[in-house]
Amino acid sequence: MSDVKKFLYVNRKAPYGTIYAQEALEVVLIGAAFDQDVSLAFLDDGVFQLTKGQDTKDAGLKNFSPTFRALGDYEVTKLYVEQESLDERGLTLDDLQDIQYEDEDDDYNEKPSIIVVSRAQMADVMADQDVVLSF
Amino acid sequence: MSTLHTVNKSPFQNQTLISCLGHAKPGDSVLLLEDGVYGAMSGNAMSEVVAGMGANVKLFVLGSDVTARGIDAGRVAEGITSVNYEEFVGMAASCDRVQNWL
Repeated sequence: MSDVKKFLYVNRKAPYGTIYAQEALEVVLIGAAFDQDVSLAFLDDGVFQLTKGQDTKDAGLKNFSPTFRALGDYEVTKLYVEQESLDERGLTLDDLQDIQYEDEDDDYNEKPSIIVVSRAQMADVMADQDVVLSF
Repeated sequence: MSTLHTVNKSPFQNQTLISCLGHAKPGDSVLLLEDGVYGAMSGNAMSEVVAGMGANVKLFVLGSDVTARGIDAGRVAEGITSVNYEEFVGMAASCDRVQNWL
């Protein structure tokens, strides 16, 4: 299908201080219904969105972090995470949720959705898109 | 193939401009608008950083946002081109994609 476009959702903000992160996730889920080639990018404070162990109960906020693990069911399977942004914040891949998807082209084997990339590779990912939506 | 990047935050407020310049590809255009225009000024603590990181991209500033803030046109750094809204639209239409850095 030639009308499939590459959409990149860019996440650069931490999860709970503003509504951006949660709204981005809402838009991703809506967009997933349109059968486009969707990727997510996490850089700068956006990498904080993916940390595991988020518990918002006492803060009185909705914990939307489990939703990232459901993205695979919507065929959103490419979550690009910038290595330099992790490094700057003292984070490693171990600090992030284990997000997987079932690969229907490979006997539904579970595969990691998170793809750690360098800043230069992230720039390549961005330049490869038809549409870039920022949050 | 090129991208038009827009930045609407002051580089003194956060890292948005730095992040943009760190991801823009050579030949891309970066347009500073709204509070982003403070990143286009010469003679401040960010000027050299912007000039250095922006050496391989084309830097633009939205003129009306400069004048709105009382910034003399002479304070816009060398090599940064002032554009009006019509030219902004033309740039958006002629590039492959627009990426807004919020």
